[in-house]
Amino acid sequence: MNSIIQFAGKLLRGQAADTDAVHKFHGGVHPDGQKQQSTTAPIKKLAIPETLVLPLRQHVGYIPKIKVQVGERVLKGQMLAEAEGTLSAAIHAPTSGTVAAIGEAVIPHPSGLPDMCITLTPDGLDEWTALHPVDWRNTDKKTLVANLRSSGIVGLGGATFPTHIKVRADGRTGIHTLVINAAECEPYITCDDMLMRERADEIVKGMEIVKFLLGAENCIVGIEDNKPEATAAMAEACKVLPGTSVKVVPTLYPSGDARRLIHLVLGMEIPHDKRSTDVGVQVFNVATVLAIYRYFVYGEPAVDRIVTITGSVNSPQNFEVLFGTPLQSLIDAAGGIKSGTTHFIMGGPMMGFDLPTIDVPITKAANCIIAATPDLFAPPPPAMPCIRCARCADACPVNLQPQELYWFSKSDNFEKARDYNLFDCIECGCCTYVCPSNIPLVQYYRYAKSEIIAADKAKEAADLARERNEFRLARIEREKMERAQKHAERAAAGKAENTKTADAAKSDHIKTDPVKTESAEAAKAAAAAETPTAAANADDAKKAAIAAAIERAKALKAASQTAETQKNAASTGTDTGATDSSQPAQAAQTQAIEQTGADQPKEDQAQAEQAKKDKQALIAAAIERAKAQKLAAAQAGIAPKNVDDASPAVKAEISEIDAIREKARQAAKAQDPEAE
Amino acid sequence: MNRSPYITNAPTVSIIMLKVLLALIPGIFAYVWIYGGGILVTLSLATITALVSEAALLKLRQRPIRPYLLDLSAVVTAWLLALALPPLAPWWLVVVGTFFAIVIAKQLYGGLGYNPFNPAMVGYAVLLISFPIIMTKWPAPLVLAQTKLGFMDQLQFIFSNTLPATVKIDAVTSATPLDYLKTQLMLKHEVHGITQAPIFGIWGAKGGEFVTAAYLLGGLYLLQQRIISWHLPTAFLGALAAMSLVFYAVNPAHFANPLFHLMSGASMLCAFFIITDPISGPTTPRGKLYFAAGVGILTYLIRVYGGYPDGVAFAVLLMNMCVPLIDAHTQPRVFGHSKN
Repeated sequence: MNSIIQFAGKLLRGQAADTDAVHKFHGGVHPDGQKQQSTTAPIKKLAIPETLVLPLRQHVGYIPKIKVQVGERVLKGQMLAEAEGTLSAAIHAPTSGTVAAIGEAVIPHPSGLPDMCITLTPDGLDEWTALHPVDWRNTDKKTLVANLRSSGIVGLGGATFPTHIKVRADGRTGIHTLVINAAECEPYITCDDMLMRERADEIVKGMEIVKFLLGAENCIVGIEDNKPEATAAMAEACKVLPGTSVKVVPTLYPSGDARRLIHLVLGMEIPHDKRSTDVGVQVFNVATVLAIYRYFVYGEPAVDRIVTITGSVNSPQNFEVLFGTPLQSLIDAAGGIKSGTTHFIMGGPMMGFDLPTIDVPITKAANCIIAATPDLFAPPPPAMPCIRCARCADACPVNLQPQELYWFSKSDNFEKARDYNLFDCIECGCCTYVCPSNIPLVQYYRYAKSEIIAADKAKEAADLARERNEFRLARIEREKMERAQKHAERAAAGKAENTKTADAAKSDHIKTDPVKTESAEAAKAAAAAETPTAAANADDAKKAAIAAAIERAKALKAASQTAETQKNAASTGTDTGATDSSQPAQAAQTQAIEQTGADQPKEDQAQAEQAKKDKQALIAAAIERAKAQKLAAAQAGIAPKNVDDASPAVKAEISEIDAIREKARQAAKAQDPEAE
Repeated sequence: MNRSPYITNAPTVSIIMLKVLLALIPGIFAYVWIYGGGILVTLSLATITALVSEAALLKLRQRPIRPYLLDLSAVVTAWLLALALPPLAPWWLVVVGTFFAIVIAKQLYGGLGYNPFNPAMVGYAVLLISFPIIMTKWPAPLVLAQTKLGFMDQLQFIFSNTLPATVKIDAVTSATPLDYLKTQLMLKHEVHGITQAPIFGIWGAKGGEFVTAAYLLGGLYLLQQRIISWHLPTAFLGALAAMSLVFYAVNPAHFANPLFHLMSGASMLCAFFIITDPISGPTTPRGKLYFAAGVGILTYLIRVYGGYPDGVAFAVLLMNMCVPLIDAHTQPRVFGHSKN
């Protein structure tokens, strides 16, 4: 109904076809802004503290590689740790001084666990290292992006995604629009607001560079309507840059979420399984854009940022703070905490987290520090049962059904939770914000997500282990068969040597190449048949018997090539899986060979000759039958059921089996004219 | 640890329930004006029974008693049931119905948030099936009654089922218009003639239509307070009106007009207070429309073709059964996902 009213309103004002219209997203909440406290005074530069603690993990991705040693003197802007791998960011010295320590220290992270940090003792000189500004207009984009990799710049809106990856597209993917995220929708946070008020010109110059790097034609700055001063400053500054506009969006949390902001300013809905760059849009935070400007034009890497300190402090304000500055220095600069302050929150009250202790440094992610009191952020009353009022669903900016997700998460019904698009949840907290039963919904979703991710990993590992085991079992089985075959061949070869027939050479050949059992079968069959006596007449009789057997085998083969047989063979092949498809044939073969071996001692006895001939003919027939079956299977082109899902190891095994099948086919071909 | 968000801005369950109770007050005033003060006794009896049985069951189930009594959900159930009962229902009827609603329909299913059926309607349906005569014997509105019962007389009637010696039972009771319409239609009378009877008012039942109008007023307050969403009452009243309009258009002599159906029986109570129970209803916007329209259609069919004069209770319970199905098939499109 709201949308109908809005639409009717638009029609009345004649705005229905207005391209500048803001495209509202579903849901959202209106928390009290609490921004005025920290916007009364301009941004102040915080003095260099006595020590700086620089965590290596200040961004999303791999931790960088340390380039300095304890005791080394470093200059401001000198690289202390270098980006390692693609998804990583460098760390630079925020001021000149000495590396005091490299070791574990507490970092501002929800876990409260210590992590590797470089501790720097400033010398107070604030002496810059040699800086290398770049004439970006006349430099190859690839070089610029490669340069950016060592800038240490990450997304300063809080996501801390390494920036060089976001511009890597360099026009190839057809980025048409650059969206500058200046919504700053979380309560209390004002660092972007103040930055735009004071440094709009530099931001716009940064926008020009990013636009150039991306090859984007348009640039839209999205600002919430609770920042009129910043909007005015940006609109004025944007005049110099063609194709740039400032779009004021209604104050509605979470309009600063990238996908929500793109929808607001462009009316585009990024598909859930795609990135914004897939549809030609890239989003940058205002502070990040400014950092890029400073890096290219002045050569200054990322060494500081604007931080809002607010809440229960005596003079809430925004400070320009060197990375690694102890939180205590920032609090002191803000006039100290008021009585009743119990802890500190990093980030906003909707998505931030409790700092584990006051002894943490300011990092690239620290956009806001809120001194918290029980009055400001009352602990929630005990949760009541969900009454399915669906207020959460009305508030969800992703249009999920939080009450269903809660139900599934609570009952560990993770598959259902995934079906209901749990992983589309952005953890903005709107659902918890409006819940009459005070259920910590986001907590449940975080839990369910982590459980699902852990289960997926475990399953992956188990699948791999199972595939390995199956492969191992198949290999053992194959080796066993090969051994049996080799044994039989050796025995046959021994006989041949004894009788000193020319066929011995063939047997030797077989012995030297035991793996190629299939291709050797013709020779082996002949050898087995010819071994017992050297007499020519006996040979003739035998050959006749063999010919008869082969004829029978051919008949069988012909039968096996009918559709019905192929189907049977196919079902056998698929049922037993990839590694087993050739086993029935091999088993028959092995049995035949074993029988040959067992029969050896009797062979010298003349009275047994006739019986043996029959038997050998049977053996030959068995081999033929086995081959025929295998051929039928091979010709039917049976692919095992799960080839696509199989791991590389299993796939290799399958291709090996295919190769054996091919050999069998060739051997059969070779043998056919011989028999005729 | 990460326990954001740190701020919330939501009415608690208690506040929501309190506002529902507040919204019922105009209806209760109208009720007292039309039928006398006896309803206050019924309301009190139901409330006490609900709270006592809720507390007892919470104790048995080893749940905290205080927060669950203070959420006021039991009181809402008690009031809705009491308002649905005949005004001079005997005390034991009220107690049995409320007990059943709270103990069987609510607590045994797991208490607040877990009952698949609307507790008040379960209690009502049980009483209607078990004691059909008492449940359909409504006192005449005071404006129509040949003899007016005072509050003390009503009190006496509720607790001892006795009237003052001078008053006969027929003098204080009458059929409800829905009931009367049904029986007269079976006697091949025409609607136009039937509605000339004194028990019919301008829109619905004489007197009763004012109570209905007062419920509508309370419902609008709940809408304004965003306690209930517009989907449910709109779809219910719309479906009921549409159904009766179709039948009325085909044969006005045999079917009552839409306005009569909207203003009679429990229509308004159902539209704004009964189907709006979130626990036993659907959660998706489209699901709410289907659910409420289903209740509206079933209510009409039961009224016209069923064995009971009003069909709200059974319609609601039948649709309660469909809620999981409705929810599963009316999931809205998630941001960034295609239509299905």
